[in-house]
Amino acid sequence: MGFFLFPFDSLICILLGISFTVWFTLLLVFIIVPAIFGVSLGIRKLYMKTLLKIFKWATLRIERGAKEKNHLLYKPYTNGIIAKEPMSLEEEIKEIRGSGSSKDLSSPEFEMSDIFYFCRKGVESIMDDEVTKRFSPEELESWNLLTRSNYNFQHISLRLTVLWGLGLLIRYCFLLPLRVTLAFTGVGLLVVGTTMVGILPNGRFKNFLSEKVHLMCYRICVRALTAIITYHDSENKPKNGGICVANHTSPIDVIILASDGCYAMVGQVHGGLMGIIQRSMVKACPHIWFERSEVKDRNLVAKRLSDHVEDKTKLPILIFPEGTCINNTSVMMFKKGSFEIGTTMYPVAIKYDPRFGDAFWNSSKFGMVSYLLRMMSSWAIVCSVWYLPPVTREEGEDAVQFANRVKSAIARQGGLVDLLWDGGLKREKVKGTFKEEQQKLYSKMLVGNPEDRSRS
Amino acid sequence: METDQCTFYYKSKTVNSALSRTEWIQLKEVLSFHDWKLVTLALPKSCHLSSHQVTVSSSHICRLYDRFHALDKDDKGSLNRSDFQNISELAVNPLGDRIINAFFPDGMDLIDFNSFVRILARFRPVDQNPKKEPNAPEPINSRVNKLKFAFQLYDQDKDGKISKSELLQVLRMMVGVQVTEEQLESITDRTIQEADLDGDDAISFEEFKKSLDKVDIEHKMSIRFLR
Repeated sequence: MGFFLFPFDSLICILLGISFTVWFTLLLVFIIVPAIFGVSLGIRKLYMKTLLKIFKWATLRIERGAKEKNHLLYKPYTNGIIAKEPMSLEEEIKEIRGSGSSKDLSSPEFEMSDIFYFCRKGVESIMDDEVTKRFSPEELESWNLLTRSNYNFQHISLRLTVLWGLGLLIRYCFLLPLRVTLAFTGVGLLVVGTTMVGILPNGRFKNFLSEKVHLMCYRICVRALTAIITYHDSENKPKNGGICVANHTSPIDVIILASDGCYAMVGQVHGGLMGIIQRSMVKACPHIWFERSEVKDRNLVAKRLSDHVEDKTKLPILIFPEGTCINNTSVMMFKKGSFEIGTTMYPVAIKYDPRFGDAFWNSSKFGMVSYLLRMMSSWAIVCSVWYLPPVTREEGEDAVQFANRVKSAIARQGGLVDLLWDGGLKREKVKGTFKEEQQKLYSKMLVGNPEDRSRS
Repeated sequence: METDQCTFYYKSKTVNSALSRTEWIQLKEVLSFHDWKLVTLALPKSCHLSSHQVTVSSSHICRLYDRFHALDKDDKGSLNRSDFQNISELAVNPLGDRIINAFFPDGMDLIDFNSFVRILARFRPVDQNPKKEPNAPEPINSRVNKLKFAFQLYDQDKDGKISKSELLQVLRMMVGVQVTEEQLESITDRTIQEADLDGDDAISFEEFKKSLDKVDIEHKMSIRFLR
C-alpha cells in the first residue's frame, strides 16, 4: 500500500510547491509591488462593478420568489418608522390647547391637555428614537449574498443558494487566506521598517524614509481588506501643525486615512501585538501614546497635544472626537477637548458603502480579532473620503460651538444625520440634566419668563 | 381559553406567539385591514379562523418586533423597566417614568411582545369610517381609550379620581425646579375648580373627559407609521 502512495506523495509535493510559488509571485506582482509604488491596476474597480451586477440580480430573484408565493418582503426603513412632526414644545402645546380652549392663548397658564404632548413624545420615542439605532449595523435595502445581512431566508431559490454557496467558497477559501497573508506582510513590514528607520539620526532623510515606509505598509493593509477608497478634494489635505478630525466608524478609519497621508496618531498604550506596533512606530516619527492613567488628566492631554502642534516639523494629529464607533448613518457629539487647542482643524468626512461589507465595529458584540475576520471575509470595504477646507475658531465662539460647527460640516458632506447626542450613550445612560431643558421650556409656558414675573 | 400557536416570519426566524384566539382577534383590530391581510398565520388545524388565513409578513408588526428586539439588549424575550430607561429620549422626557409605568400594569416587572403591541395600539390613528356593530367592543384606539391612557398618567393610586396632590405631583414633574410651590398650588386649585363639576375636590374620569371635549385628541394622541 505504502508503495503506491510514494510516487503520488512526491507528485503532490511538487504540485503544491509550484502552485504556492505561482500564487506568491502573482501576489507580489499584482498587489505588493503596486502598493509600494502607490499605483493601482484597476482590478478592484472591476471587481466592484461585477459584484454590483450580481447583487442586483440576487435581489430581483428574491423579489420574484416572494411575489410567486404572494408574500411581502421585509424591507428595513432606516429613516425612521413613524411620522414625527418637527414642531417645538411651545408650538405643539399651543396647538393642543388651541383646539380645546376658548380662552386667551397669550396668557401663560396650565391646561390638562398639556400632558398629551409629553405623553405622545414619550411613546414616539419608545417606538423609534434617534440614538438606539446608531449602535447597530445599518440595514441594507438589497441583499449582498452575505448571511449576516439577509432578512428573507425563506424566499431564496435554489439558484440563489448555489450562488451564495459559491460566494461563500470564494470569500473563505480564496479571499480570506489572501487577505490574511497580506495583513501579516503589511504589519510585519511596518514593524521592521519603522524600527530600521528609527536607527537613523533625526533629520530630513529620516522623515522622508519614515513617510515612505508608513505609506507603503498602510497601502498593503488597505489591499489586505480590499478597501476601495475614493479621495475627494485632496488639495485640503491636513498639513503639519494642524489637527485632523473625522467621524469614527471603526478602527479601519485609521488605515484608510493613513494610506493617503502621514499623521501622528493619538491613543492609549496597549500591550501585546498592538503595543509592539506602537513602540516601533514611535521610533520612526513622533506619535502621541498615553498611559492609561494619563488619559483621565485632561490638562496633561491638552498640553501634550498643543506641544505637538506647535512644533511645525511634526505631522498633523489624527483625532476622532466622537470617542467611540458609530454606525456611519450619523455623526454624534464631538468632545470639545481637541477643539480647545486653538490651531487649524482639518475636518474629514468618511462614508462607507455598506453594500459590500459593513465596516461598523460593534465592540459590545465582537472583539477586535473576530471583527477583523468579519471584515476580511466580506466582499470589500468601499468608502469615500472628503477632505473639507480647514477651519479655525472664530471670535466669540467657544469650543463647543466650534465643535458643533465642524460636526455639521462633516455631516453635511458625508450625507449623515447630525445629532447632538453623546456617543457615550452606547454604554451609559443619559444624564438627568437634559431633562431640565424640557422643564425650563414648559415652565416658561406656564408662568411666563422670570423677568416678566419680577416686573409684575 | 384556547391557545393557538400563531407564528409569523420575522427576518429569517419564525416567531411563535402564543396568544389565545380572542387575543388574536383583538390584535387584528389593532392593525388596519391592509396590514392584516399581510400577516403570516400558521394556525393549528383545530382553529377555525379560516377567513384570516392568508398571508405575509405584516410590516407594522415586524417593525414593532424589530424595535422590541433592539430594546431587549440581553435577549430575554421580554422588556423590563431598565430597557425602557435606556432610551435616551424617554429618559429626558419629564413624564418618562410615568409613561414607563403605564407599560407595567398590575405591578408586573416584565412585558412581553404581545402586551407591548397592545399598549402601543392605543396610539393608532382613529378609523375615519368606523363600522358600528351594535355589540362590538370599543376599539382599542378610540378617543375614550386614549383619554384613559392619559388619565392613568395622572391617577397613580388608580382610584378613578385625580386628587389635588396627584395633580401637583404631575405638575412638579413637568416643571422641575423652575416654578415655586405657591404658583403650582394656585394653578392646581384653579384647574380643579374649573373641571370639578360634582364638588368633591377631585377630577373624575367623566369630568376629565368633559373638560377635554373640544381638544383634538384623535390627532394629538395618534402615531402614524410611515409606509
